Amino acid sequence: MAGQHATASFFRRDRNEAPVSEFDRKSVLDVRNLNKTYQGSDGETIALDDVSFSVNEGEFVAIVGPSGCGKSTLLKILTGLLAKSSGELSLRGETIAKPRSDIGIVFQSPVLFPWRNVLGNILLPVDVLRRRREAYQARALDLIDLVGLKGFERKYPWQLSGGMQQRVAISRGLIHDPAMLLMDEPFGALDAMTREHMNIQLQRIWMDRKKTILFITHSIPEAVFLADRVFVMTPRPGRIQAVEEIHLERPRGLEVMNTPEFGKHVRRIRDYFSAVGGLD
Amino acid sequence: MKRGLDFFASVTLVAFVLLGWEAAVSILQIPSLILPAPSEILVALYRGFARGVYLRHLGITLTETLLGFMFGSIVGFLIGVAVSLNKRLEFFLLPFMVMFQSVPKVALAPLVIIWFGLGLQSKVIMAAMISFFPIMVNTIAGLKSVDEERTNLLAGLTASKWQMLWMLQLPSALPFIFAGLEIGVTLSLLGAIVAEFLGGSAGLGMLLTAMNFSMDVAGVFSILLILSLMGWCLATIVTLARRFFVFWDPASRSPT
Ligand SMILES: Nc1ncnc2c1ncn2[C@@H]1O[C@H](COP(=O)(O)OP(=O)(O)O)[C@@H](O)[C@H]1O
Ligand SMILES: [Mg+2]
Repeated sequence: MAGQHATASFFRRDRNEAPVSEFDRKSVLDVRNLNKTYQGSDGETIALDDVSFSVNEGEFVAIVGPSGCGKSTLLKILTGLLAKSSGELSLRGETIAKPRSDIGIVFQSPVLFPWRNVLGNILLPVDVLRRRREAYQARALDLIDLVGLKGFERKYPWQLSGGMQQRVAISRGLIHDPAMLLMDEPFGALDAMTREHMNIQLQRIWMDRKKTILFITHSIPEAVFLADRVFVMTPRPGRIQAVEEIHLERPRGLEVMNTPEFGKHVRRIRDYFSAVGGLD
Repeated sequence: MKRGLDFFASVTLVAFVLLGWEAAVSILQIPSLILPAPSEILVALYRGFARGVYLRHLGITLTETLLGFMFGSIVGFLIGVAVSLNKRLEFFLLPFMVMFQSVPKVALAPLVIIWFGLGLQSKVIMAAMISFFPIMVNTIAGLKSVDEERTNLLAGLTASKWQMLWMLQLPSALPFIFAGLEIGVTLSLLGAIVAEFLGGSAGLGMLLTAMNFSMDVAGVFSILLILSLMGWCLATIVTLARRFFVFWDPASRSPT
């Protein structure tokens, strides 16, 4: 336990004090020249245009962009659920061509199974991967504790609030210890206050588990609050326009949103969008 | 509170109708050959049970219905699953299904009697045939009703086709399947009775035709009463089973 925390703080110091170049750290996810074109009855839609980036081990990356800019398309390709048109993708050096067991996914809606209780939902990946439930029971209870759902193990999804359901979904995404957690606007359906609360919790989970996270959102403040790096994505065609590095100290509290530095990041990202005439 | 009141209101209503019926029959002097009074029906009912006749025939009809329902459900369910798993099978079976569906199943009863005799077998087959269709159709519809996001989630976790069926499609289909079973169980009773009408040596349906011949109208009414109670009990058992197995479905969750 102590060792884990030492490593976590090592990573934090790494990020905050000694800016290392991107290539020094081990990358988990590599995307090179990724393109995706949808063929529709009304012609082609270029959803992703020459997208390239890397995500490093233990890093929290947010992708921010307006709706329709190709965020979900990118995430579906990364999960192996959707075929790319061209380009290269690799996770820990292995090409992603079809769904794989070392990726955790959290969608905008919790997508829980109503006939399974909280514990059963969290253990779903374990069942699908045909691993022994007993081996993961303790880990599941740990995660339940971590996301603040202790005492709700035997409750069913319909007995939980939206925010609680999404925390179950996050635990489910982490149960099989994936190399990376992909999150597609996971808090988009929650009210503003629950959302802030969830952001704090997610940061805590991330610091505790040292999991690499790729987080998709259309909220600029949410991206700045959570991420080490924010990829700015612009629509038609979907492109990563810029990368904003965030060096705010962790753990970040809500008050960080009132600091001039936070405001500066938010403004800079907005400027990228107005430069391409994207958002209003 | 509300339900207690509703129940009270229903009982009062039924009591008033029965009293009115009894009064009408005696005041208007309607012959019991045309419409027996409720009291006469009760007497017939008591006599039938006291002599042990009703219970024996009830047992036979119940056995036919349950066996037929069981076979109809299993076959309907299995064909439903097979058709959902295999598009080509659906293509081959579809014309036959459409044909089979458009025949009023009751009209097949005389043939079934010729083929399978006057005994238990023909009744069971009739009950099975008539209940199988709604169960199959509902199974197919249920297996198709899966949520796309849940499918994506499982696919993203590398779930196999069988895991998809077992972990997602079947549970999602359960509310539909139970709706089919609820229809099916009542139809099974209908099938068994019709087969007994046409060629039966036993069962409530046979008893009913026999009483009709001997102009025992009060007896006929008493059998109708038993049949409607039987149908209601069977449907209620299926409904309770649905509440138990599909407890997670909003429509099945009992209001508290
Ligand atoms: N299945 C599809 N077929 C055709 N076009 C699609 C499909 N899915 C998404 N698109 C188009 O691709 C673009 C990107 O969509 P999406 O990735 O869902 O954006 P976002 O998640 O950022 O809102 C949009 O213009 C959308 O209309
Ligand atoms: Mg989206």
